[in-house]
Amino acid sequence: MIVSIVDYGMGNLASVQRALLELGATPVVIDAPEQLRESDRIILPGVGSFGDAMDLLQGRGWVDAIHDQVLQHGKPLLGICLGMQLLAQSGNEGGGDTPGLGLIPGEVIHLSELGCTLRVPHVGWNAITSASQLQPSPLLAGIPDGTDFYFVHSYAFRTQQSLHLLASTDYGIPVAAAVGSGLVFGAQFHPEKSSRAGFRLLKNFLELTSC
Amino acid sequence: MLKVRVIPTLLWKDFGLVKGVGFDSWRRVGPVLPAVKVYNTRDVDELVLVDIMASQESNEPDCGSVLDFAEECFVPLTVGGGITNIVQIQRLLRSGADKICINSAAYADPGLIESAAKRFGSQCVMVSIDVRRMADGRYLCFSHSGTREQACTVEDWARRMQDQGAGEILVTSIERDGTMQGYDLELIEKVVNVVNVPVIASGGAGNYEHMRQAIQSAGASAVAAASIFHFTEQTPAGAKKALAAAGVPVRQNYCPPAGH
Repeated sequence: MIVSIVDYGMGNLASVQRALLELGATPVVIDAPEQLRESDRIILPGVGSFGDAMDLLQGRGWVDAIHDQVLQHGKPLLGICLGMQLLAQSGNEGGGDTPGLGLIPGEVIHLSELGCTLRVPHVGWNAITSASQLQPSPLLAGIPDGTDFYFVHSYAFRTQQSLHLLASTDYGIPVAAAVGSGLVFGAQFHPEKSSRAGFRLLKNFLELTSC
Repeated sequence: MLKVRVIPTLLWKDFGLVKGVGFDSWRRVGPVLPAVKVYNTRDVDELVLVDIMASQESNEPDCGSVLDFAEECFVPLTVGGGITNIVQIQRLLRSGADKICINSAAYADPGLIESAAKRFGSQCVMVSIDVRRMADGRYLCFSHSGTREQACTVEDWARRMQDQGAGEILVTSIERDGTMQGYDLELIEKVVNVVNVPVIASGGAGNYEHMRQAIQSAGASAVAAASIFHFTEQTPAGAKKALAAAGVPVRQNYCPPAGH
């Protein structure tokens, strides 16, 4: 299975790549949008600020290519950390609203704006709780509530509709830990840095069947 | 609930790991890669890896080695030593570092922290501050592995670094370092009180009780330690067990449920 890791100049790609290799996939770091066509799965990583990342994605033609592959060709996509936030309709990091990829309705705002009064960034291992006890997302299969994942972020995703929230974590206030809509998923935490629990989540992503 | 992290610190000099006392009398404690592998297998919360000679010798960060270490590391890895510009940070992140740690270069160019935070986000910029307690009771900052005195107190510098965009502050007591006599709780508390970003206590851990004090008395968000793990039978897992027993929230390692 070819898993494309989108390289738009931001982020730690080596860890994601290495984790996918361990899971038996064929990860390919791609730096041209045309290469998305060859992939079975897409991973959008990211470290950095929302505005810079969207500029880079727009400038290099990624936005249309990602929309095409995900919406027209039904390829599953997983956004990690900033990569998850970019799935939103907008983000206000760096001042002013920047349009995001718009794949999941919602916005990205600072943790303090969400009402968080604890130390920011939110750094470290925190437990996630699935949003739906009856029907947990296939992304979270085999991951019981209370499992710790590694978070490191100052901004957070506020989904417009609760059905797009797959899991949350508690940092004084509930914070979106995973979001999803159809075959588009996002994890605020870093599965590639969350040891065995993270591997389980990545394995779930690789094993998704088309819905 | 956010867990308190127990972070082994790996100090790297030439081709191996070292550990000193008071930033001096370095002892070799073995090669880097096997240590990274062991900590990864033991599922530690996070690793901090610092090339302690890079700034003193004006060396570039060694991205090739970082790539090798990161390949064996599926827990968060922070890399420091010799970082002076944005290009180096980008290379380190591409080599598999999750966060970078800056100490000496911040004094010459505080704007480096600001531009790094703007470009890569505060969450990946850790500022490390090495501190000595002076005879008059002030805590002064030192750069270049504790060899150069800087004309600022730790309170002023920590606040300034936060304002520039540092996402975490790692504060090390130079005198306590390697002594295993306990963290300088007064120092840790001073820093915790002047910043809102997470503070990592470093320098002096000799037993689990020291770690508990740094967290529960001084308010640290994480504890870093080296000698205790290199030279005693105590382990990060043992530390977390002891901390949990004292009521400190710590991460439980993932166990897949039966049937999966």
